This record gives sequence, structure tokens and C-alpha cells, in this order.
Amino acid sequence: MDPSNTLDSAFAPSENVVAREIEGEIIIVPLVAGMGDTDDELFTLNETGRAIWQKLDGRRSLRQVIEELATEYEAAEGEIEADVIGIIEELSRRKMVSPK
Amino acid sequence: MNKESNPYTVRKRLDEAVLWPDRAPKLGGMDIELTERCNLNCIHCYINQPAGDREIQAGEMDTDRVKTVLKEAADLGCLSVRFTGGEPLIRPDFTELYLFARQLGLRIILFTNATLITPDLAEILARTPPLEKIEITVFGMSPESYRAVTGRPDAYSTTMRGINLLLEKQVPFIVKGVLLPANEKDVPAFESWAATLPWMDEPPDYAMFLDLRARRDSVEKNCGIRQLRYSPEEGMRFLLRRPEYHRTEMIRFCKKFLSGPTDRLFPCGAGKGVCVDAYGRAQLCLTLRHPDTVYDLKNNSLDTMFLKFTPEIRKMVARNPDYLKRCARCFLKGFCEQCPAKSWMEHGTLDTPVEYLCDVTHKQARNIGLLNENERAWDVTDWKARINSLE
Repeated sequence: MDPSNTLDSAFAPSENVVAREIEGEIIIVPLVAGMGDTDDELFTLNETGRAIWQKLDGRRSLRQVIEELATEYEAAEGEIEADVIGIIEELSRRKMVSPK
Repeated sequence: MNKESNPYTVRKRLDEAVLWPDRAPKLGGMDIELTERCNLNCIHCYINQPAGDREIQAGEMDTDRVKTVLKEAADLGCLSVRFTGGEPLIRPDFTELYLFARQLGLRIILFTNATLITPDLAEILARTPPLEKIEITVFGMSPESYRAVTGRPDAYSTTMRGINLLLEKQVPFIVKGVLLPANEKDVPAFESWAATLPWMDEPPDYAMFLDLRARRDSVEKNCGIRQLRYSPEEGMRFLLRRPEYHRTEMIRFCKKFLSGPTDRLFPCGAGKGVCVDAYGRAQLCLTLRHPDTVYDLKNNSLDTMFLKFTPEIRKMVARNPDYLKRCARCFLKGFCEQCPAKSWMEHGTLDTPVEYLCDVTHKQARNIGLLNENERAWDVTDWKARINSLE
């Protein structure tokens, strides 16, 4: 994944998953086979993951997501960028998000 | 930003205590009986109604009503729904309901006899997996056994056809048995075959201490079920075919669930989840159908049930002097299947001891050394020490 290209792209949750917010936890439930879910496990997001996920609406570019998060969390954009690229790589690998 | 280490997605065990250490969703899980009708006519069944009974069918929740209940359950944080019956696949809208539930992000546990699994349905289950293993009850290993149990000799071949379709499509499932005089001879063949199935991590479970009719709707059928029941001695002999496995499981269960005597009727988990019957009435558990404990969802929501109805029911205490003398003083209550649901099925009350279950429980407790011969559990005062000393 080339970060310079990726930052201008907008990402959204894949149609192959349903994200549910239950008691403050975001739980990602696969809808299709082959996403690695097993009988007694499920996917949730950690706090950083949750903050980023909630902005992946298919309209905002990742660059916009980073700017917004940097303002909201009063953090350096470089640090936020690393997190955003990290989660997009991880979720793309799991086929849980796709570029729009 | 609050820095945490990667990865950003976390795989967690599907266990509320782990997912929500200091809180939990309002609704842990839901059973939904899509119908009480079944295409088989099993002699031991506690609920089945004829497949073609139009009057019963007309009273069942329609597609939209079931969807509303599923949506409410998802809104209350429910993670898993068990589709059961009757035979849930008998409903023509089964696929629609299944896909609707999956789109809500619900995991589905499907209880079925497998006879109605078609190539199309197997394909759908492969493409949109239930995320929980399907549970299939197998009634024997020959057409003769199936004829004797289900009334339909062709049900053996249709069951195996359904199972083979799931195998072809790699849809995970497990099989379970029902121990009956008509199929007991099949047990070795059943267990050998079950061991070859890819998702059977343990030997199959059996229903063996049979329930009477949950709606108390047939004296004749109840009479038949009583005759099919194994005695406590016969049941013990069967369970002790694998003595070490049985003992280990029993001890694990006792240490986890035996919590001491109480006159409360519901020291169990009833009411933490919900069971919705085929007609849209909510119950605290799958078998508890006493009219005083059923909540009609026609004009009410699951949310109000949890807020107002269930807590009141769970406060109920026993009044029957016989129950107070025995069950309310018995430390095996968590182990015994004696509960308001069983009392309802056997006696039409919530708090009448069920002798058969009491005998079964005492037999099993003696076997692992919790009770001495001739000792009754309600006379035991050092029960905590006895449980702790189990090894």
C-alpha cells in the first residue's frame, strides 16, 4: 500500500461486514465466508481503531480523517497518520474496508 | 490520541465477561421458535405439531413480525440467535429470515433435523455463514431406526442427503443424538460416524432424560414419552461408557454451577436471555411455558420485558411445602434439572418436585461421591466441603 496515494482515497466499511456498536464496543461481524471468524471469537476495535473507524464514511479522504483526528485529539498529524495507515492496512487485509 | 499498540482490530472470545468486563448488553442471547410444526413425527418430542396443520400455521408470527423481533433483539445488543422449532426449515420464508438476521450482524445457531436442506440452502449457508455451527439431531443410523422414531423411513436418507450437502459446501455443523429404545443399538455406529465429521471436537451429546410435552397438550403423548424414558440406573450405565470423560465433565459442572440451597425459583440463568415462541410470546427459557411466566410481545417490546416483567418473575419464591422441605434445601439444585419449567411440564405448577429428575440427580451425585448411599441431598450440611473436595 502506497501511503501517498492512499491518503487521498476515501474508505468505507466493506459490504461484507456489519459493524455493531454494543455497550461502547464496536463489533465487526463478517457476512461472508473466509474472513477468519471462528465459533467463539469475534472482532472488536481498540480505542484508536474505533475513533478512526467512525470516520470511514466513504466520503472523507484519509487526509481529511487525519486532520480531523489531529484537531479532536490535539495530537501531531504524523502520529495520527501512522495509526490511520496502520488500521487501513489491517482492515484492508481482512477485507473489512474498501476504497471508494 | 490515546496510543495503544497495534493491531487495531482485536479478536476476542465470544464471552460477555471478556468483552464487557464491567457491563453487558441487555440481551445476551435469544432463542426463537420459528414454528412448532415439524415434517417428522418423533415419538419423544416435547413440542412437535403436524407439518400441515393450517390452523397452527395461521397463528404463527408472520415474516414481518419475526423480523421486528430480530431487530429488537439486535437493538438490545444480542449477539447470537438460535433458530429452532419444530423444524425451522419448514417455513417458506426461512431463507429471508436467516439473511435478514445475518444482515443485522447476528450470529445464528440453527437447530434442524437436516431433512429439508437443499442445494440452494447449502449454498446460501456457505456464502453467508451462520458463524455458529449448525446443530443437527440424528435419530438413528438406518431407515428402520428412523421409521421407529420419526414415523418416516425416508427421513434417514433425506437427513444424510442434507448432511452431505453441508459437507460438500464445508458448512460447519455438529450432530447430536436422542437415546431411545428404538435406536440404542445404533450408538456405536453413530459415534464412529460422528467422529469422522470435521467439526465434531467432542463425542456427540444425547438427549436421554426426556421432557414431557411443553404445552401439556397430550396425555397420550406424555404417556408414550414416560415409557421411553431411561431409568436413572439405565441412564447412568449409558453415561459411564466413558467414565473418565463423564466424571471430569460432572466435576467441572458441579464446581461451576452448584451454589447452595435457596427457595428462589430461578437461581438459574432463566431470563438473562429470552425465548420467543412461534406465536410471538416471550419466555424466560425454552421450556418454561407456564402462563404466569409468559410475556406477550404483540403489544409489548422485549425492552419492557427486561425492564419490568423478567425481574419480577425472577424474584418468585416457592410456596409448595413439599418443595420447601426438599428442593429449597437441596444443594444439587444447579445440577438437578428440577426447575419451574420441568415442574410445569410434569405437574402444571411452578414448584412441585419432579421425582424422576430427583432420582436421576441423586444417582449421578452418588456416582461422583457427592452423596453417600441412601443419603438425600437436602439433609447434607457440609455441601461446600464436599464440592471442594471433588477431584
